[in-house]
Amino acid sequence: MSSETVAVTLRVNGETTTQMVAPRTHLADLLRGRLGLTGTHLGCEHGVCGACTVFIDGATARACLVLAVQSDGAVVETVEGLTDAADPTLRALQEAFVARNALQCGFCTPGMLATAVELLRETPAPSRAAIRERISGNYCRCTGYHAIVDAIETAALRLAGHEPR
Amino acid sequence: MPHPPAHAAIDRPNSYIGRSVPRPNARRLVEGRGHFTDDLPTTPRTLHVAFLRSPYPHARIAGLDLAAARALPGVALVATGADIAAVCTPWVGVLTHFAGLKSAPQYPLAIDRAVWLGEPIIAVAATTRAIAEDAIDLIGIDYEELPAVTDIDAALAPGAPVIHPHLGDNLAFRLRLDSGDVDAAFAAAHTVVEDDFHFNRHTPVTLETRSILADYDPATQRLTVCQSTQTPYQMQEVYARHFAIPAANVRVIAGDVGGSFGMKLHVYGDEMATVALSIMLRRPVKFVADRLESFVSDIHARAHRVRARMALAADGSITAMAVDDTTGIGPYSAYPRTSAVEGNQAVRLMGGPYRHRAYRGSLQVVFQNKAMMSQYRAVGHPIACAVTEALVDRAAAALGLDAIDIRRRNLLTDDAYPYTSPTGYVFERLSHHQCLDLLERSCDYAALRRDQQAARQRGVCRGIGIAAFIEITSPGPAFYGVGGAPITAQDGCVMQLDPSGAVRVQVSVTEQGQGTEAIMAQIAASAFGVALDRVRVVTGDTETTPYGGATWASRGAAIGGETVLLTGHALRQQCLALAAAILQTQPQTLDIVDGRVVDAADGQERISVAELARIAYFRPDTLPPGIQPQLVAARNHVPRDQPFAFTNGIQASHVEVDTETGFVRLLGHWVVEDCGRIINPLLVDEQIRGGVVQGIGAALFEECLYSPEGQILNATLADYLVPMAGEIPDIHVAHVETPTLLTQLGAKGAGEAGTAGAAAAVLNAVNDALRPLGAQLSELPLTPQRILAALGRV
Repeated sequence: MSSETVAVTLRVNGETTTQMVAPRTHLADLLRGRLGLTGTHLGCEHGVCGACTVFIDGATARACLVLAVQSDGAVVETVEGLTDAADPTLRALQEAFVARNALQCGFCTPGMLATAVELLRETPAPSRAAIRERISGNYCRCTGYHAIVDAIETAALRLAGHEPR
Repeated sequence: MPHPPAHAAIDRPNSYIGRSVPRPNARRLVEGRGHFTDDLPTTPRTLHVAFLRSPYPHARIAGLDLAAARALPGVALVATGADIAAVCTPWVGVLTHFAGLKSAPQYPLAIDRAVWLGEPIIAVAATTRAIAEDAIDLIGIDYEELPAVTDIDAALAPGAPVIHPHLGDNLAFRLRLDSGDVDAAFAAAHTVVEDDFHFNRHTPVTLETRSILADYDPATQRLTVCQSTQTPYQMQEVYARHFAIPAANVRVIAGDVGGSFGMKLHVYGDEMATVALSIMLRRPVKFVADRLESFVSDIHARAHRVRARMALAADGSITAMAVDDTTGIGPYSAYPRTSAVEGNQAVRLMGGPYRHRAYRGSLQVVFQNKAMMSQYRAVGHPIACAVTEALVDRAAAALGLDAIDIRRRNLLTDDAYPYTSPTGYVFERLSHHQCLDLLERSCDYAALRRDQQAARQRGVCRGIGIAAFIEITSPGPAFYGVGGAPITAQDGCVMQLDPSGAVRVQVSVTEQGQGTEAIMAQIAASAFGVALDRVRVVTGDTETTPYGGATWASRGAAIGGETVLLTGHALRQQCLALAAAILQTQPQTLDIVDGRVVDAADGQERISVAELARIAYFRPDTLPPGIQPQLVAARNHVPRDQPFAFTNGIQASHVEVDTETGFVRLLGHWVVEDCGRIINPLLVDEQIRGGVVQGIGAALFEECLYSPEGQILNATLADYLVPMAGEIPDIHVAHVETPTLLTQLGAKGAGEAGTAGAAAAVLNAVNDALRPLGAQLSELPLTPQRILAALGRV
């Protein structure tokens, strides 16, 4: 049952890779186990907590709910890749998260950042309520969310060229 | 009130204490460069474990067929409870200072009989976790279902099935406290308020599940365990004891830990079995709990039913309180800290902020066929706070008093200290009235009341809930050591001046995101006298840090911080002695400020710390005769002046209740908290906020639902409700700062304050909203169904 493997070719953080995977392997396991991209975390493996959120073809997705074979031909970006590519939205968010202490244990943070990047790409100046709504699919057990909302708000202002309050 | 002593490290020039500086490890985590246990590189020799867990709350294992599982390619070992027990001795979760506490020997895996749904029975080690899970599916197992006791009253009823027959009954522990003339106070009372309160089980839900990678080297009899734990030294002792390995041969490494909250300091059978498999197979073995098994194997929390009464005089003075708490702990008392501490603290903290002298508390701790229950953030506190504060609000309503006024009338006054509570707790210095006054201003209480009246005119139910609390912090040896547990109350620090002039701080307290490493760096930099970026803090490894208690019970800043402060002072004195020898002056004429040795009198630089270090390490030949530079200092520190410390604070919750749907909307939450000396305001505020939201979870959302038969009904993250950003309000935090006078640092601890009072504030706010409708709740969480039931709508 576990011996059959399938070839999957995908572009991850700008590099094309071909991997032989069991059909049941999900994308998060491929990223973490094969490619060593352990910034993508697994908090529930049933699509609720958001810790495994990555970009697939430019849109966020739960890497635990996508089979590796489904991502054949896809363009996948993780927190490591966006960091190395100096993605300006991510960079602004990272600066704000560190300055505001918008992370504690840091386990949810890569997924939270991915969701926030997508939000700020779509909505340059979201309200606090809109931020809270958007990140409600990313669980954080440490911060109570207030600091995360502050940090996303600050990053949005910086990206818009305003100095935050 | 006595004046605080001069705080040397705090008053020094360029002190970092009290400053909001970011955490050095945050940058790594935002770039996805964490080192959580499941992120660590593994070798191809590493095996992965999956467990067959009991699908019944109570069952005899009548038959086992392991042949197919063992035959599956990739499976290295299929181990039964008896197999594991051959290398791991059982444990019993008792402490001698809880007189009469009993529990049964617990093995890593069930042997012959499983006593809760989720108890591990069979372990499979295979080349991948997926193959191990495939093998679990191939195991043939016959169960003979046994009668389960789940309800706490049924468990104590005559003739109830006894979970551990040799213990005689299902009562693990009983405690009775009696102080003052309680009966006379109730007999003389003008008003008595009372109710039965129910606190249903919830569970910590750390976002990173429990994770362990064990590697036993038989050649040297050395065991290395990388583990998501908050207490590496406690686990070193546990592994040494139960695997008969010298403790010095056991290394426990806690890298990044993805949330802990008290859940990751208990001994779990599946983790012990993982270590056992590594010893049996002489290979690295890894276990990472999946979310579904976390729900049935992580400790659950709370689980209390409290019958409580409060007596008051006509003027609103509380004169007595009496409570009867029964708490269900699952089939065993947890090891090594027991499952009695939760109830013990609940009954001792009841009424804690108030002045009455008559108190009676009784506690029953009951075995049942549910998942194990034990310490979780703010152990016992939310129960004591919710019961006390709910009764205070009911008394206020009965007497026609305002919620703030009745508290102002009854809170211990700020000049009452030191004060010994009716339950024997000694409060060194608390600040209830300062906190109450500040809360009243910060939430603009009068405006909230006006808003409430205006809302009622519109037919909208809004409520305001207040909850005062005390928090136990910084425990000394009275907590566990005196009861025979190998859990130290002291911390250790080793500090070294590097040749570059940087300072390396190795300390026994651990980091799970609180900011331990940041505040230890702030204290070290301030105590020694260098810039913050010249300090590197090392934590979480028994091989590279001195022995110590680590992080639990809000002890890190208070005990670990004092240890680092004392070590920094010692290293400074050593370096000043060296500098004085070089400069041919007396050490007391010199100081170290911002990486420079200066004249104490005028601040003139005499030599840089880096130059001092260079000479000491590389050119000691140039030193005066006989000088031996001492570039490492080490100190231990343990609280000796009180068994534990206390902090205090108060919270307010503002809510709107939809009486058609039963939904609660949180409009705002305020906290005023006194944790003593604040080391980093940015970090302490986030500790408070995070704690508050865990308390809000308990108040509104989180509940481990069981059927009467003991089946858990919502053991997925889709069904179990963790607070989400969209339903949580902004949380406003303010501080009163009353440093302890018993340490130089003055810090008391802050990790649990938010959780201690938040649920009580929300409970009171919802009841305040519903009071005009005659509805009242006393069961948490306050689900829409319960609210509609209280309103008589369902």
